[in-house]
Amino acid sequence: MTRITRRRLGLLMGAGAATFAMPTYLRAQDKPKVVVIGGGAGGATAARYLAKDSEGAIDVTLIDDSDQFTTCFFSNLYLGGYRDFGSITHSYDKLQSDYGITKVTGMAVGVDRDAKTVQMADGATIPYDRLVVSPGIDLIWDSVEGYSEEAAAIAPHAWKAGPQTQLLKEKLDAIGNGQQIVMVAPPNPYRCPPGPYERVSMMAHVLKSKGVDAKIIVLDPKDKFSKQGLFEEGWAKYYPGMIEWYGPTVHGGIESVDVEAGTVETGLDTFKGDLLNIIPAQKAGMIAAEAGLTNDSGFCPIDAASMRSTEDDSIFVIGDASIAGAMPKSGFSANSQAKVAAMNIRGDLIDAKVFPAKYSNTCWSLIESDDGVKVGAQYAPQDGQIASTSSFISQTGEDEETRKATYEESIGWYAGITSDMFG
Amino acid sequence: MRNGLDNRNAVACLLAIGLLCAAFMTTSSLALAEETPYAAGERLFSQCKTCHEVGEGARHKIGPHLDGIIGRVAGTMDGFKYSTAMREAGEAGLAWDREALDSYLAKPRDFIKGNRMSYRGMGDAEDRETLIGWLANVSVSVPGAVVEDKAEEAHAPSSFADIVLAMEGDPEYGEYLAGECVTCHQASGHADGIPSIVGLPRDYFVTALFEYKTNVRSNEVMKLRVNNLANEEIAALAAYFSELEPQ
Repeated sequence: MTRITRRRLGLLMGAGAATFAMPTYLRAQDKPKVVVIGGGAGGATAARYLAKDSEGAIDVTLIDDSDQFTTCFFSNLYLGGYRDFGSITHSYDKLQSDYGITKVTGMAVGVDRDAKTVQMADGATIPYDRLVVSPGIDLIWDSVEGYSEEAAAIAPHAWKAGPQTQLLKEKLDAIGNGQQIVMVAPPNPYRCPPGPYERVSMMAHVLKSKGVDAKIIVLDPKDKFSKQGLFEEGWAKYYPGMIEWYGPTVHGGIESVDVEAGTVETGLDTFKGDLLNIIPAQKAGMIAAEAGLTNDSGFCPIDAASMRSTEDDSIFVIGDASIAGAMPKSGFSANSQAKVAAMNIRGDLIDAKVFPAKYSNTCWSLIESDDGVKVGAQYAPQDGQIASTSSFISQTGEDEETRKATYEESIGWYAGITSDMFG
Repeated sequence: MRNGLDNRNAVACLLAIGLLCAAFMTTSSLALAEETPYAAGERLFSQCKTCHEVGEGARHKIGPHLDGIIGRVAGTMDGFKYSTAMREAGEAGLAWDREALDSYLAKPRDFIKGNRMSYRGMGDAEDRETLIGWLANVSVSVPGAVVEDKAEEAHAPSSFADIVLAMEGDPEYGEYLAGECVTCHQASGHADGIPSIVGLPRDYFVTALFEYKTNVRSNEVMKLRVNNLANEEIAALAAYFSELEPQ
């Protein structure tokens, strides 16, 4: 008899128990394997739905380089002092203990699409039958000349939640009378369209509530932005004279940044900030390009009906990394796309019923305490694209009660989506 | 709310008009001071009535009906799917006397951990006393009596809702469609600012969705989602959520 290690024995016992609950063709040793890269709103949801809905018939592995996840959504509320950092940070424990998902903490650095394996930074390879790629975004550092990963230690982007968010908060809290904050907003397409403008609102809230007389300048490469009317109305109401937003016709184009000097050079002027928040252009997370799933845009084309990569039938790309037609890059979108992908993967691997794809999104933003606004839409595949089928947006001039209810709804949504992601 | 007290409502309306006039001449706090306890209770209950009914013909909605609530043992009404926490509190002997209701209403989430009432709490002790008094006043059942749920027959849904209620919903399809709901309405039945829809009676669920379609209810997120749902999809969702057990 061959040597059986304790680990091996455990696997065999597990297989024995599982045999009772499963058809014979799905014995543990030939269980189909799904690997999910990225443990955010897309990846964690996909892993959880695959494990939950396949009831043990699919072996699910979730790869993320961190052992906990800080959500980008609601990180502006942390900046504003409405949430503590712990409340936007979540562990993967339940996904492992309650759903039987294998969590691998490490960096996926490559995908061998012929061998169907994922290469890890530590040299390990993980085989898959279906792969979900949900790495979020990477920043294109040199899209703003003079900006770099090193420069982010002085002028944080805070566009990936974590230490960068804490650094920005620290620097925001240190702003005093007569000082100035300069934000460089990102060009389209980018993660969380209303995010920069909610962030500016939260910065102004912090300054105003401390009685600090300081200014915030937004230098935007775009002519217009998400929920513009709502934000501008709110800024005029709550933060008169504090926030100045300049589009390209005013600043003449963003040319470069010098984080040591604290200056942003534009076509028509030089702006000086005691705090610079530089949010550069974005592309799909590195692994997507490594796997050959991106096109010239830097993001990944997908089949609108399933979120399957147009480059590889065995791979699904969801969340910010995907080109999802009319859907914005948001946590809500990623969560919605994850459910469509998970259903199609179950259809591929265990003959589960596949229903027509439906997608949805809602983005809530906080302008000032108890003044929340929202924008949302439904989406469906149309002519090969994910198209919006209907939408709504909060109105300017809404009463206080409506705005307060909208804010409370956003708190409910946060609790809902995070328990939908992490169990 | 169905409290069957139309003439009292009329009196309250007249009073409210009078108070409005008074508010022009005096301060609003004085106006509030002159509000009758009944009108004050009714005003306070407006925060509750999205989820609760009281009075004659009261039925379970998102929350259990509150007719005869004073003295009732917690978590014991037939036909309502309580959270485990609420059922266990009842089994441990919790009854809704005025004192217990007062503590619960002050901060529902702290009073019974893990219960699923989505309400932050009523901070003002006087308001709580007024509301509890009003609940006792408008209840038609004997205090503490276990009143049978009159869900199906007491209810007159729209004809469209009737059509959907006559349909056999496919719970498997409902489970897939529910993916869209549980991003906000937690599948566990917990509620933190968005109401729980776990275990809602089918007829209530269907009627509520039709109320979004017909603008009786006004939430934009809900209207958007519901307007994109076909009848069989609503039936499937109702079938799925009505069978779901809160955790």
